[in-house]
Amino acid sequence: MLRRLLRARDRMDAASHEEWPVERLASVSGVSEAHFARAFKQAFGAPPHRYLLTRRIERASTLLRDTDLAIIDVAFDTGWNSLGTFGRTFRDITGESPSELRARSRAEGHALTQVPHCFVRAAQRPDLKTAVSEKRRRAAGHREDRDATEGTEGS
Amino acid sequence: MSQNVGVVGLYVHDQDEALGFYVGKLGFAVHTDVKNGDYRWLTITCPEQPDFQLGLFAPQPPTIDEASAQALRELVAKGAMPPLVLVVDDCQAAFERFRAAGVEFTQEPVARYGSVDASFRDPSGNGWKLIQQR
Repeated sequence: MLRRLLRARDRMDAASHEEWPVERLASVSGVSEAHFARAFKQAFGAPPHRYLLTRRIERASTLLRDTDLAIIDVAFDTGWNSLGTFGRTFRDITGESPSELRARSRAEGHALTQVPHCFVRAAQRPDLKTAVSEKRRRAAGHREDRDATEGTEGS
Repeated sequence: MSQNVGVVGLYVHDQDEALGFYVGKLGFAVHTDVKNGDYRWLTITCPEQPDFQLGLFAPQPPTIDEASAQALRELVAKGAMPPLVLVVDDCQAAFERFRAAGVEFTQEPVARYGSVDASFRDPSGNGWKLIQQR
């Protein structure tokens, strides 16, 4: 019996982005629908839908940390049908929004493993708040001003 | 001076069933199979690793009391026992061979972290990771 419930849990683990209504889980484990949810909770400490939620959040957190996937893609890849629901649920569970987790884990990751490289790279990163052509034009104008100033100082 | 791990044991639900799985499906060989009353000392080895024995033990009296044995059987069936790793030179090939033999895979081979890994369970519920040697 427990072994068959584990089979249902394994199937959720392998495809947590899919829908797992009780009838599907019950049929995987060969247990009656009426019996399944109660037996699952007794065995694993949480009802199946809550277990699935924890796996989805775990997987979403991993994708946020380890990939550059857009948050909406993370939401759809981990089984949500709406970005709003994903964001709310994620915050409710983890205490921070998906983008906050991404930002924090990246900062912590750098802090743990590569602080010097991080600072070096950040210092060398091009500042592209404006279009490249605009930046180029301004730089040229600035150089002319400076040349003029230097010229004045020199005289 | 030398020091080696000789035997590590797994708890299994049924020793005959475990023997059929590890020897018949995964290709282990029986090292020792000795009975003393109800107690059965059963160990297997990997052909390439003859000095390391994997014990397939049933949680049962008299080595432990019946209530503890029951709790252990439940823990094994719930997949709560510690991780096990089987290292192979070709994860995909091993996956296909094992699956054809009827092994229950919980994760198909995935290439990541510079290797390839898959997951399967033995009939009792012990979870194995199948990892390709780097």
